[in-house]
Amino acid sequence: MNSDKILKYVLFAASLLILLISGAMVLSLVQGSMPSFHQFGWKFLVSDKWDPTTGREQYGALLFVAGTLFTSILALLIAIPMAFSTSLFVAEYFRNTWMASVVSTLVDLLAGIPSIIYGLWGFYVLRTFIVDIGLSAQGYGIFTSGLILAIMIIPYATSLSNTTIMMVPNELKEAAYSLGATRLEVIWNVIIPNARSGITASYILAFGRALGETLAVTMLIGNSNKMPTGLFSTGNSMASVIANQFGEASGLQLSSLIEIGLLLFVITTVINAVGKYIIKKFA
Amino acid sequence: MNEINLLLENKRSSIITDTFKGRKIKDNLFLSIVILFSLITISMVFLIIGTMVFKGFHQINFAFFTQTPPNTFEAMMAKSSGKLIPGGIINGITGSLYMVALASILAIPFGVLIGIYLYENTKKRYASIIRDITDVLQGVPSIVIGLIVYLWVVVNVTKGYSAFAGSVALSIMMLPLIVRSTEESLKMIPDSLKEAAIALGTPYYKVVLRVLVPTSFTGLMTGILLAISRILGETAPLMLTALGNPAINWNVVKPSSAVPLLIWQFYNDPNMVDLIWSSTLFLMGFVLILNLLAKWIAASRKF
Repeated sequence: MNSDKILKYVLFAASLLILLISGAMVLSLVQGSMPSFHQFGWKFLVSDKWDPTTGREQYGALLFVAGTLFTSILALLIAIPMAFSTSLFVAEYFRNTWMASVVSTLVDLLAGIPSIIYGLWGFYVLRTFIVDIGLSAQGYGIFTSGLILAIMIIPYATSLSNTTIMMVPNELKEAAYSLGATRLEVIWNVIIPNARSGITASYILAFGRALGETLAVTMLIGNSNKMPTGLFSTGNSMASVIANQFGEASGLQLSSLIEIGLLLFVITTVINAVGKYIIKKFA
Repeated sequence: MNEINLLLENKRSSIITDTFKGRKIKDNLFLSIVILFSLITISMVFLIIGTMVFKGFHQINFAFFTQTPPNTFEAMMAKSSGKLIPGGIINGITGSLYMVALASILAIPFGVLIGIYLYENTKKRYASIIRDITDVLQGVPSIVIGLIVYLWVVVNVTKGYSAFAGSVALSIMMLPLIVRSTEESLKMIPDSLKEAAIALGTPYYKVVLRVLVPTSFTGLMTGILLAISRILGETAPLMLTALGNPAINWNVVKPSSAVPLLIWQFYNDPNMVDLIWSSTLFLMGFVLILNLLAKWIAASRKF
C-alpha cells in the first residue's frame, strides 16, 4: 500500500471520530434518561413539580424549560438593539476607520471573557446595582440573568451580522443615495432587506448560546424551583439545575437531570440547525 | 393670480423643506442611538475588566502563584484582622495547565486531521455531513458535555472524578473549534501553490505534509490558541468531571482543581471572597494574552 492511500485512510478514520462522539453522546444521554422516562413518560415535559424528597420523588422539566426560555428570550430582546447598533457602527457608519476596529476588538474581547467571570460580575456589580435602584429586593431573578446573558451574546450576534452588512453591494446603496435617500433610509430600505437572512441567523445562533449558558445564570437566577411569574421573579434554568444538583444526585434524580440535559441538547441543536440552515439557504 | 401661485409655491417648498428636515432629524437621531448603544456595549468591557483589576490587584503577590488556597478558618482570621488572605491558587494553575495540555494532546492531532479531510473532500456529501455535525458539536452546551463525560469517563473509566475526565471534556469542546479553524486556514492557501507541487510530481501525502500544513501553520496556530483560550475559562464541564482538589495533583485518575473551579469554590465560601477577584484577574489576563498572541500571529501570516 502506498503512502497516499495510507494518508487518505488516516484522514477518513479521523473523520469517523466526529460521528463516533456525536453518536455516542446522543446514545448515552438517551440511555441515561431511560429510568426517568420509564417513570414519568412524556409527562416529564409538562410537569412543573421537582421534588427530590425520598418516598415521594417527582420530577418534571417544565419550570426549568420556562426559566431557560424566559432568560434567553429576554437576553435576545436586550441584545438585539445593542448588537444591531454595534454592527451598524462597525460595518456601516464608521466602516474601515480606527473607531470601527477599536469597537470590534472590544466586542471580540467580550466574547473571550469566561462565563464564570460574567457570573461574578453580575453577582457583585449588576445585582447590587439592581438592588440599589430598587428594582428588586435581592436582585436575583429572570431580569438580572437575562441582562448578563444579553451582554454575553452580543459578540455572537454582531460578528456574523457585521460580515453580512459589509457584503451588501455598494452599487445598491449608491443608487439609493443618488435618489436622495438619507443614511437611515438606505439602512432601512437597502441594507436590512439585503442582509436580513445573515442578521437573523446571527441572532438565532446567539439565542442558542444563551440557552446553554450555565454558571452566569446559576449565580443570578436565584435557583428556586418555582415557575417564574414576572421579570423580577426568581426561577431556575435547565443548565443551572444540572450544575446545582448534579453533585448530590443519584438514582431517579440523576436520571431526571440527564433527561434535562438531553432536552437541552435537543433544543440547542434544533436552534443551531435552524440558524445554520438560514445561512446556507440564503447566503 | 400671481399671489396665489406664489403662495402655493411657498407652501410647496415649505412642505419639501419640512419633510426633508424631518428626514434629516430622524437620520441624525438614529445615528445618535447607534453611537449611544455601541458605547454602552463597549463600556461593558471596561466595566467588567475594570472591576477585576480594581478589586483583584492587591491580592496578586508571590504567594498567590506559589501556594495552595487557605482553609476557611485561615481566611476568616486574616479577614477579621484586616490582613490579606494568605495562600494562592497554585493547585488551580497547575491543574488548569495540566488538563488543558492533556486536552490539547487529545484534540489537536484529530482536529487537524479532520480539518484536512474536510478541506480535501469539500464536495463530498459525507464530508458536508461531518461538517454539519461538527457545527452541532460546537453548539452543544458545555454543561451537557460535562454530563456526557461524567457518564463515559467518571463512571466507567476512572471510577471517580479525575483530571483525565476533565481533559476529555475540554478536548471535546476543543475538537470542533480546531476542525473548523484548520479547514478555514487551509482554504486560504492559493490553489496555485498546491497545483505547483502536484505538477512537480509530488505524491499527495507530501503535498499535504510539506506544502499545505507548513503554509497554513500560522493559521493552525491561531486556531489552536483561540481554542485553548476558549476552554481555559470553562467551569461547568469541570464541575461534573474534575471536581476540584485542595492540593496540587499530577495523577490523571485523581480529582484535580482548575482556576475556574477555584473561583467557583471561592464564590461559595463568603470568607474567600477577596481571592475571587485576583483569581479572575489572573484567568482573564491569561485568556487575554492568548487572544492577543493569536491575533498577532494571525496578523503576521502571509496566506
